[in-house]
Amino acid sequence: MDDVIAISGLVKKFGSLRALDGLDLQVAQGEVHGFLGPNGAGKSTAIRVLLGLLRADAGSVRLLGGDPWKDAAELHRRLAYVPGDVNLWPNLTGGEVIDLLGRLRGGLDEQRRKELMERFELDPTKKGRSYSKGNRQKVALVAALSSHVDLLILDEPTSGLDPIKEATFQAAVDEFRSHGHSVLLSSHILAEVERLCDRVTIIRNGVAVESGSLADLRHLTRTSISVELAQSPTGLDRLDGVHDLVVEGQRAVFEVDTDRLDAAVGALHGFGIRSLTSQPPTLEELFLRHYGDDVAADRSAS
Amino acid sequence: MTGFAALLRLFLARDKWMILAWTAGITLLYWSQAISIEGVYQSQHEFDAAAALMEKNAAFIAMAGPPRALNTVGGQVTWQASAFGAVCAGLMSMFLIGRHTRAEEESGRDELLRSTALGRWAPQTAALVTALIANAVVALGVGGSLLGYGLPAQGSLASALQVGLTGAVFAGTALVAAQLTQSTRGMYGIAGAILAVAYVLRAIGDVGNGVLSWLSPIGWGQAMHAYSGDDFGPALLLAAAAVLAVVASYLLFERRDVGSGLFAARPGPARASAGLLRPWGLAWRLHRGSVLGWTIGLFLFGLAYGSIGDSAADLIGGSEVTKEILEVAGAALVDGFFANALLMLSLLACGFAISSALRPRSEEEAGRVEGLLATALPRGHWFAAHGVVTVIGVFVIAVGSALGMAAGYAGATGDWDRLGPFLAGSLSLCAGTLVWVGFARLLYALNARWAPWAWLGLGFSTVVMLFARPLRFPDWLSDLSPYTHLALVPAEEFAWRPVLVLLALVALLWWSAQAAFARRDVH
Repeated sequence: MDDVIAISGLVKKFGSLRALDGLDLQVAQGEVHGFLGPNGAGKSTAIRVLLGLLRADAGSVRLLGGDPWKDAAELHRRLAYVPGDVNLWPNLTGGEVIDLLGRLRGGLDEQRRKELMERFELDPTKKGRSYSKGNRQKVALVAALSSHVDLLILDEPTSGLDPIKEATFQAAVDEFRSHGHSVLLSSHILAEVERLCDRVTIIRNGVAVESGSLADLRHLTRTSISVELAQSPTGLDRLDGVHDLVVEGQRAVFEVDTDRLDAAVGALHGFGIRSLTSQPPTLEELFLRHYGDDVAADRSAS
Repeated sequence: MTGFAALLRLFLARDKWMILAWTAGITLLYWSQAISIEGVYQSQHEFDAAAALMEKNAAFIAMAGPPRALNTVGGQVTWQASAFGAVCAGLMSMFLIGRHTRAEEESGRDELLRSTALGRWAPQTAALVTALIANAVVALGVGGSLLGYGLPAQGSLASALQVGLTGAVFAGTALVAAQLTQSTRGMYGIAGAILAVAYVLRAIGDVGNGVLSWLSPIGWGQAMHAYSGDDFGPALLLAAAAVLAVVASYLLFERRDVGSGLFAARPGPARASAGLLRPWGLAWRLHRGSVLGWTIGLFLFGLAYGSIGDSAADLIGGSEVTKEILEVAGAALVDGFFANALLMLSLLACGFAISSALRPRSEEEAGRVEGLLATALPRGHWFAAHGVVTVIGVFVIAVGSALGMAAGYAGATGDWDRLGPFLAGSLSLCAGTLVWVGFARLLYALNARWAPWAWLGLGFSTVVMLFARPLRFPDWLSDLSPYTHLALVPAEEFAWRPVLVLLALVALLWWSAQAAFARRDVH
């Protein structure tokens, strides 16, 4: 099936700053795609190009089979967007905004609107100025999730939600996906990404540095091994892909590149494995690897 | 009061240009009255005669204040400038207080500041002191300029205290208003209403037996009788009222939570009305309040002008400068007066028009456009909807001011026959206003940062209206103002041609703006 989002070589400049510098991003039909990267990496810029708010300087961008700049309004009937920073009109109530956005997207599912309003415990009679950040986000989420659309574009949609509402949100996204619809989810909440996303793309300085399923990405990182052996091991430091090795008598602790795991475990056999724990890389480690040298430097310093 | 000094420095740094602009404007208001009287009357005898006529004009008294010593320059300055000066000082105080108290609370910035080592009373005290400093600067400007012009020192001091202390009273009432509502707009509504009531009370009092004037701070300021007795007693009354209002605001502040008002926020409708969901529904909802406010305001303004009625000729009397501004070749002076009143109302309405035309910019800045344009709403429709509502607002306000003038005239003369000409004049001047609307929209569409330059258009047209004839502007310069090309009904015969030409220009500007907006990035 066609990709709902297909971006290749996208460049967007603001003056001399290249906010996007040859970005590639593919989101397949029916998947929830995580869009990750440090602050200022260009996630929101990419989303604004997808929404036809910003015009691409170079590269090709296809959204739901159309051109997001030229066919903006037509394409927007089939998607809903929740910004990270929801700004409401101070004198309009939440209920009014939901109806307004719903109407502008081409209609709301009334039943779903009612149900989501209850699940998110949103008071629709409050004016925009008196909502908290989380409640403003709920307004945008209810409006988006009760629209008849094929694609959700969510830019850090849960940064103001409490854990219970976050679970409500995750359930709603699951439901949305179960109808074969797609989601582009930009988020910093790793547990949320791990729980929801089929595939992720990590961007940094306006380029995609990694893209694939979480399982794929794990293969690119290291697994931690802690092992107790029948005899003191030797020569482990000569194995390819082994790092941070510490040997204390019959115990050894090290990290190994995941694609070298088999060879490393094979070598351990020679010393008689008594117990072995292996820990797959956490998502956090995965991200730290990409999120920047500064973070890595901080880590090693502390 | 920890942090007061730092906040005060911050506020003054943010406000210095605003305070200077208000000071320049209010000082000019007083000083220009003195200048404009000079040389108008050939002899004291002529001045006395004109003054005797003016003293009897109830409409002008209602607008300006009690007529005293009108045969002196100082008396004229006080009469012509003191009421408007007090209103301006009141508006300045209101905006200064609002922007540092309620607006900051509404935006959440206040919370961030308060989380630092900041005394509970520091923010509002710093706002109050900022407003007091601003009023002191205005008082210095007014008193200094009048003294510098050569008016008596004691009267100049009275004028300075009149404008400065009245401003301080309204700073106090604005501070009270800031404690009441949760929204900044609501606060401005209350503070503005207090100002309006003060103005109206003194208007009724000045025309009648004067009792009601003593219920109004503006009346107290005028009761100081600058240049005609110099009574400093009412200054104490003003100071006491300012202190009282400030104390009240602190007491109220102690009874409320930061971020909320004493009046609880009322819930609104849970569902959108059919009206809001119509194509122009949202734009209308956003502009509705200001269209209504401006219509009522200019209706009342028109009422005041109209009520001068046929006595306009007497009023203008021997004033050569005024005559020169008002004169329209071959027309009766009364018609010239009304034609110019309509032009002035149009220029005021142009203030609404430009701020309304720039509304899309504030929407974009507030980040409310992104979410809208991510729906099936084409960006051109969004932009056009705001424009259509602006255009409708311009016409509604034009009808309102013409109706006001006709009603005022009918009130004075019992005659409604000027309604038609007033409507024709007011509506045809809309073509000029719409040119500046188109200009503002084009600037915004090209680059949101350029948009505020649109105000230059209104400024230029105002300068042309006031000074083109006295200062003998070359034709090409006056012709740059669209209003110059329009017939000044009722002094001149209504003409279709300039209206149609300007409307064609408006259409061109509209189309260019739409095209430019379709091409640019939206943030």
